[in-house]
Amino acid sequence: MKELRELVFPDDLRYAEDHEWVRPGDVFRIGISDYAQDQLGDITFVEFPEVGVAFKAGDEVGTLESTKAVSELYLPVGGEIVAVNEVLDDTPGLINSDPYGEGWILEIRPSDPADVNGLMDKDTYVEMLKGLD
Amino acid sequence: MRYLPHTDEDVTAMLQAVGLKNLDDLFRPVPAAARRNEPLNLPEPLSEWELTGLIEDLARDMGGDHIRFIGAGSYEHYIPASVQYLLGRSEFVTSYTPYQPEVSQGTLQAIFEYQTLVARLLGLEVANASLYDGASSLAEAILMAVRVTRQTKVAVSKAVHPAYRRVAATYLGPTDYEIIDLPYDKNGGTDLTSVEHIEGLAAVVVQSPNFFGCLEDTASAAVLAHQRNALLIHVFTEPLAFGLYKNPGTLGADIACGEGQSFGLPQSFGGPGVGMFAGLMKYVRNIPGRLVGETADIEGRRGYVLTLATREQHIRREKAVSNICTNASLCALTTAAYMASLGKTGLRALARLNFDKAEYAKARLQEAGCSLVFDRPTFNEFVVRFPKPSKMIHERLKEKGILAGLALEPHFPELPDCFLMCVTETRTREEIDRLAGEVRG
Repeated sequence: MKELRELVFPDDLRYAEDHEWVRPGDVFRIGISDYAQDQLGDITFVEFPEVGVAFKAGDEVGTLESTKAVSELYLPVGGEIVAVNEVLDDTPGLINSDPYGEGWILEIRPSDPADVNGLMDKDTYVEMLKGLD
Repeated sequence: MRYLPHTDEDVTAMLQAVGLKNLDDLFRPVPAAARRNEPLNLPEPLSEWELTGLIEDLARDMGGDHIRFIGAGSYEHYIPASVQYLLGRSEFVTSYTPYQPEVSQGTLQAIFEYQTLVARLLGLEVANASLYDGASSLAEAILMAVRVTRQTKVAVSKAVHPAYRRVAATYLGPTDYEIIDLPYDKNGGTDLTSVEHIEGLAAVVVQSPNFFGCLEDTASAAVLAHQRNALLIHVFTEPLAFGLYKNPGTLGADIACGEGQSFGLPQSFGGPGVGMFAGLMKYVRNIPGRLVGETADIEGRRGYVLTLATREQHIRREKAVSNICTNASLCALTTAAYMASLGKTGLRALARLNFDKAEYAKARLQEAGCSLVFDRPTFNEFVVRFPKPSKMIHERLKEKGILAGLALEPHFPELPDCFLMCVTETRTREEIDRLAGEVRG
């Protein structure tokens, strides 16, 4: 696993305690952070929620399976699932190689866009990770 | 396994170590009402010769010497010598949960072959390494359907084996999931009319051939289930039927599960059996139990390993798809050896023989005054109504050394005088003629 300083955390994203990132916009794009993909190791399978279904913040919406573990994916902000990244069905490793780009996982239409303010910015998230080490 | 009894000295030493005076002190936390005060009422010890004689007498009293026309979930079939030989190989018989690929390629390959044969037999894409028996396979199939569909109600035909239905009810007892009974109709098939009114349906469960021996209209049940976004679970107690009739996958089943005893395992008073379990690849991550997969080692040589273990308890903890972390490996191997010994044409010929003999028995019994209770096609089991007084006839046959079917009344009070008959390849024409002759009296 990498050292914290080797990991990348873009400034324009918000981060959740469960290591999901959110990119605000008309719809919110969601994935997992560089730290999370590094901890999980090679990801082999992604289980998605159904498009069109609404969830609350904190709901379990899918699973990420790696060669050594299975982790639940929690929704950091409540809303309706509007898209899932089906490319990951065949190439789940994109989450490892490009967690903030090609490796995005799903998109939601947030029930309240202001909810994103409850998430951490980059610096706060990095501080939290330092506490975990 | 060695048996090491505790001597009085051992017991005294252990009591001293824990600071107690006697055994009564040790068992004091057990409520008095739950404790037995007098010694067990056991006979005096016997020599090995005497004991063998006693057990043989008991076996005779329990019908061991009778001509048996009973199946009802456990079937008498001829077991080829090749199967018995392979079953007795120490490499297979002495190994316990040998799943480590470094040391267990033979066992893992045997399980992989079993999975392949079961998947082909049942017409589905993937089979697991086996579960304990047919009944627990059904319970696991229901839980799998609930996981896949995220619905809570399961419609189960009343023509599914009564013991299987009880086990399924036990599994579901502590959950919020609900079993809804589907009645059987006058022809012996499941009445599916209520299915379309069930909200939150996860699965429709039919057995075919069902407990009455009748073939179900599985294809229609599958269409109905799928219209409701539910799964169709096809249960079976006699897999030999698929040598002759269409298999579950062909009929649209999403999961097929049932008992494999019929394939080379002795009846042994009901066990051990082996739970066969197969399904569609798209649901593979929800399949319970172990799975062996084929892979290649670092030098490109073929090898076998446990796969998709992330479904299981040792990785997934409380979110595992099932609490089954083992399989009935030796019994599964037996059924694989049996299927391989028969081959596709042998399986078909044997199934045909079972069907023909059962049809012959139906005709003889009807001539003897019995009537067929249901008119659906059957395989090697069927229900007859005996002439009256039916219980006396049944008893008289038993005294003459013939077990003439299973009385259905204890399980289905609405079916008095009805007996579930089973005729496999092990019954001869003379035996069937004798059965009919004795019924006529």
